[in-house]
Amino acid sequence: MDRRARWQTILRRTAWQALPTVVGIVVLNFFLLKLMPGDAADVIAGESGSATKESMALLRAKFGLDQPLPVQLWNYLEHLAHFSLGYSPRYDMPVMQLILSRLPNTLLLMGVALSLALVVGVALGAVMAHWAGKWPDRVLSVLALLFYSTPGFWIGLLAIILFAVRLGWLPSGGNATIGANLHGLAYAADVAKHVLLPAATLATFFVAIYARITRAAMIEVQRLDFVRTAQAKGLHPWRVTVRHVLRNALMPLTTLVGLHFGTLLGGAAVTETVFNWPGLGRLALDAVLARDFSVLLGVLLLSSLLVIAANVVVDLLQAWLDPRVS
Amino acid sequence: MARLTRREFLIATGAAAATAGVPALSRAQGAPGTRGAGARKPGGTLNVLINPEPPVLVSIFQTTGPTLAVSSKVLEGLLAYDFDMRPTPQLATAWSISPDGLRYTFKLRPNVRWHDGQPFTAADVAFSIDLLKAIHPRGHSTFANVTKVETPDPHTAIIQLSKPAPFLLKALSAGESPIVPRHLYASGDPLSNPHNNVPVGTGPFRFKSWTRGASIVYERNPDYWDAGKPYIDALVYKVIPDPAARSAAFETGALDLGGENPVPLTDLPRLTKLPHLVTETRGYRFLEPLSEIDFNLDHPILKDQRVRQAIAHAINPQIVQKTVAYGFADLSPTPITPASPYHDAQLAPYAFDPHAAEALLDAAGKPRGADGVRFRLTHDYLPYGDMYQRQSDYVKSALARVGIDVTVRSQDLPSFLKRVYTDRQFDFTSIGVNTLFDPAVGVQRLYWSKNFRPGVPFSNAPHYSSPQADRLLEAASVELDESRRTDLYKQFQQTVYRDLPILNLVAPRMVTLANRRVHDHTVSAQGLEGNFADVWLSA
Repeated sequence: MDRRARWQTILRRTAWQALPTVVGIVVLNFFLLKLMPGDAADVIAGESGSATKESMALLRAKFGLDQPLPVQLWNYLEHLAHFSLGYSPRYDMPVMQLILSRLPNTLLLMGVALSLALVVGVALGAVMAHWAGKWPDRVLSVLALLFYSTPGFWIGLLAIILFAVRLGWLPSGGNATIGANLHGLAYAADVAKHVLLPAATLATFFVAIYARITRAAMIEVQRLDFVRTAQAKGLHPWRVTVRHVLRNALMPLTTLVGLHFGTLLGGAAVTETVFNWPGLGRLALDAVLARDFSVLLGVLLLSSLLVIAANVVVDLLQAWLDPRVS
Repeated sequence: MARLTRREFLIATGAAAATAGVPALSRAQGAPGTRGAGARKPGGTLNVLINPEPPVLVSIFQTTGPTLAVSSKVLEGLLAYDFDMRPTPQLATAWSISPDGLRYTFKLRPNVRWHDGQPFTAADVAFSIDLLKAIHPRGHSTFANVTKVETPDPHTAIIQLSKPAPFLLKALSAGESPIVPRHLYASGDPLSNPHNNVPVGTGPFRFKSWTRGASIVYERNPDYWDAGKPYIDALVYKVIPDPAARSAAFETGALDLGGENPVPLTDLPRLTKLPHLVTETRGYRFLEPLSEIDFNLDHPILKDQRVRQAIAHAINPQIVQKTVAYGFADLSPTPITPASPYHDAQLAPYAFDPHAAEALLDAAGKPRGADGVRFRLTHDYLPYGDMYQRQSDYVKSALARVGIDVTVRSQDLPSFLKRVYTDRQFDFTSIGVNTLFDPAVGVQRLYWSKNFRPGVPFSNAPHYSSPQADRLLEAASVELDESRRTDLYKQFQQTVYRDLPILNLVAPRMVTLANRRVHDHTVSAQGLEGNFADVWLSA
């Protein structure tokens, strides 16, 4: 089967699987969310510290919460059919607009964090596998274990205390200097300064995982016949490690990164909160606490679409890495 | 007992700062009128904490604390208030009340323009009062007696009442009762008016931008009616949800100012030792929070007054004051807090006496069982800040000593509100309420039998129903004579102190944290809900 036909098969299969999955996710999420006690009007009344029957009724009518559940679901699906994600009671604006304003921030943070984690994790894993059982392996293993078991918010807070409060090198939060009106390179530098700490914090956990996965996979591949052949040909040990071992060890890693792409969207909530980063994870978290169901449904829907897209990319990537996969 | 007043507390923190080797609280943040006029420096950007992020920027139909704070910089009220809650001019320059208390005449400030250039007139005032009465969560009761607002000329508004409303003159601040532009609000549904998020007002600051999840930016209104003010060029509200990140932002100088306990109280001693940070506890007369324990009077055990009295004797309010509130609280055994002129200082907290508590429980027919437990209760707490969780932990340990086994139940805010106020599936709760600027608005709702309204948060949660309390509350809410009104409220406090539907514990003292470069942020009873026209920054 040629490559083009294979890709088409993958895309067609994914599309067939994706549509019912997405509809199922929407309906299931809708009823799960409605199981939570209280609604957006309760939250706003709670934060206001006062309410009357009339003001509660006004809010519920405005948010469409006075309708029976099936009607609310139907309204939501009807909106979706028109490519609208509905309206947010908590933020008083269309959900689509809200999510689109947050998405670039999350993609930037995720992109930087995931790239950082991949580069550092794979490099560390390769080093560990190359010197398996020797002291560089031992030291890095301990370090990876430390990163793996330390909660992200704690690393984040310590990073803030060290780099923002004590040293004053980097800002303590936010995604850009507010009201600075920067353009071009100056703006890019400003954003880079802001993204460094949260991305590094978010990356630590994944560095640990990727390093350990890479190490394990490489050690397994090292025992295979073709590696012995490569070594017997007299290739340089590092060339064997990188060209022959690492490439074949990347298979389990790509699967894992594909899965992490999905979890990063929601998993960044803690880091985004600590660093006051206006991204989707924090939006989802705030939406739960505010019972802002349309926002939460929107984020969940988008996340599921992203996971599906990520899976397609992983399928394609694996087909390229290993021609035996079809 | 030695109860610290607000003023003494300020002096005390100043002294503590002095002994810590930093300059004592300088009185740059002094009372209005005592400042040197030449000292104020124009310019600069003020970074203020806002948390949680407000849902809308106009407080006409939502009164979440952050909304009041941001709304009052752009939209103004008829009046402002000095530290003793005496009204001072804002959009109204003069006012008078007819002897029968049914006619309020306001002379309005001439030559005031909305930020879009339209002139401000009495029609805006009449329209806004009607709107407040129709859609504001508290306005419905505050303005209930308003029959109509007359506008004999563009600079006079006359509010006509059917019954006296002695609290009305305290309710006209910018945050509580904003005056909105009629020409932008008259058509369409005011709740979905786009100007709720892009406010147009008469105030010292104009709306510039709102980046959801990050910041709200206001800029100086160069055409403000109070010429020369405001002094600062820009006002930036930063949304920072994480408490530790807020502390860090104050340390680095990313935040200049934050109100309503902006950092955890445990962090406060460390932060106030820093040379660039100071605290302020004035400016919360419009909130007056109160920490209390609400009993469900429909509960088979708790409906017995002796059981409630036993619980009152088993809980030491001084531990709540010192340990739960870290000393940032005044004892308040009554629902009208010590800061209010209607507070009854004669009432002391129920004596802390576990033996008396046990005797009362025995008398109520609830002896200890074989395992030493008399009965079991579940305690819910308001998940707002962390104070009420600490209070519920203390309640559990205090009641265990007299044989009441308490299970503390955690849930998030909407779950808590639904459980307590809609489903009424609770035994007793640790909760905080704001008693606001007047008992008729902030306290009556908690005890009035006619405000037992399942489904409405912060209504009469215990299901308390006392003809005597009802009579006193209703009489006080229309009483114009201040001394008679005080007397009625004192009788009311004695009644509910005895009946104990709610065990009132302490009035938490809110703290404002500020960078020393910020001056005159708290110049009135409204505190950080004032309009910031007087704020200036030193280098």
